[in-house]
Amino acid sequence: MNSPRTEPASDRSDTTARLLRFVMPLVVLAAGVLAWHLVVRLNELPPYVLPGPGVVFTTLIADWSILSQSLLTTLWTTLEGFVAASVGGIALALLFNQSKWLEISLLPYAIVLQVTPVIAIAPLLLIYLPQQTAVIACAWIVAFFPVLSNTTLGLNSVDRNLAGLFQLYGATRAQTLAYLKLPSALPYILGGLRIAGGLSLIGAVVAEIAAGSAGAGSGLAYRIAESGYRLNIPRMFAALLLLSAAGIVIYMLLALLSHLLLRRWHESALGKDT
Amino acid sequence: MAEGAPVPDSVAVSLRGVTKVYDNGVAALGPIDLDVRQGEFVSLLGPSGCGKSTALRLIAGLSAATSGAVKLAGGKPGAIGFVFQEPTLMPWTTIGENVRLPLKLAHMSRESAEARVGAALAQVGLSEFAGAYPRELSGGMKMRVSLARALVTDPDILLMDEPFAALDEITRFRLNNDLLALWRNLRKTVIFVTHSVFESVYLSERVIVMTPRPGRIASEFRFDPAERGEEFRTSAEYAAHCREVSHGLSRASGEKLAS
Repeated sequence: MNSPRTEPASDRSDTTARLLRFVMPLVVLAAGVLAWHLVVRLNELPPYVLPGPGVVFTTLIADWSILSQSLLTTLWTTLEGFVAASVGGIALALLFNQSKWLEISLLPYAIVLQVTPVIAIAPLLLIYLPQQTAVIACAWIVAFFPVLSNTTLGLNSVDRNLAGLFQLYGATRAQTLAYLKLPSALPYILGGLRIAGGLSLIGAVVAEIAAGSAGAGSGLAYRIAESGYRLNIPRMFAALLLLSAAGIVIYMLLALLSHLLLRRWHESALGKDT
Repeated sequence: MAEGAPVPDSVAVSLRGVTKVYDNGVAALGPIDLDVRQGEFVSLLGPSGCGKSTALRLIAGLSAATSGAVKLAGGKPGAIGFVFQEPTLMPWTTIGENVRLPLKLAHMSRESAEARVGAALAQVGLSEFAGAYPRELSGGMKMRVSLARALVTDPDILLMDEPFAALDEITRFRLNNDLLALWRNLRKTVIFVTHSVFESVYLSERVIVMTPRPGRIASEFRFDPAERGEEFRTSAEYAAHCREVSHGLSRASGEKLAS
């Protein structure tokens, strides 16, 4: 990195490979959309059975005011659930790391929360909590566990000799946590957050669908359910499109965060040549 | 650590009847009696699993002896510098920050630490690398950083656990010379664990040969450390010393095989 380096001969093929990584998925996408279009066109399917890509796109534009509103609602819920899951997961992992007893007593229940399908918990939460809170709670339940387990793994993966060094110099618990355990665990925590980002979107969607028409919810999942009842199939597709776009953007943002925090030192964020 | 009878001034480290039995019942060490004078360079030599690293960890206070007494002169915190077999650097921060760690843990302010970090890095010839990250350095350079970190608190005792075992021969020889020069200048007490006869004879005033499982002291060899350098490596005197210690080592291992 610091040393000057001659351009490797394989540089051009590297660029080509990188370009292909972007181009190939786009080619697949174009082929898929084309096939979709042809199936609709050649079979003369009506839009309420299967809308073509063109109709979905025009619906997206035409209904943008409704859909963008719903998108914002869902994203906001997802963000709240994600923040709650990150803070909760990391905090729980730190507690477990400090006290073996807490871990022994509470970990089974964390696992129970994780393995019980959230779609089954959501209706119950909706009875006891205000709708918005229930939706966030669902997002939290689905997303906190990967943060918890990854952070725990990270905190337990501290280099034994480094830990010995801290002991040798009489480091306090707080110093060991701040200067050794948390930095060692950072790559694991970021991996957990990356999973949690997608999961909190799922949690939010599940809760919105469970809430359904009962509430005044207006998130994207609610729009999908509502459009289903009204046989507005193009809008269902448009909302679905926005949901997956949101998921991709969330994942990419978290991957970027991870890259920015780790690029100076961690293997996962280094190029293969450095 | 500093309980019981006072340790005489000239003795830096004293072990009396020290044993270590691990929780799984393996007797790793002892009983061992050992005195190391202040400013002395002592090597513990033995095959893998002879408990020499265990002895070092007991002296450092990183693990507790099952029985016996470990006494250190002074006993102020930061009185010990420890160099592990691996460089054991924090990969997430710079060389300068890695060297500053012991001072940071002792709550020394950044300003006063800065000068000592600079001096420690200068001692190992890495002044211009303070801002680099560990992964940007070669294995030998990382080991030098590890040494600088051990020296930054100006400890009385330097404990080294096979520090150069993973390095190539050229780098190891150079670091051997650098270590000897440092020792002559700073007059630290050094306890150096190694499985290399040649390294132990080259570096130390006293070589202690240990038997495997449990680690006991089999024999001791004393050498005059007056003239050591690249010439010494190929001298007949050095070869004779090495032969002597080698025989001691095979006797120590052989005894165990026979029993």
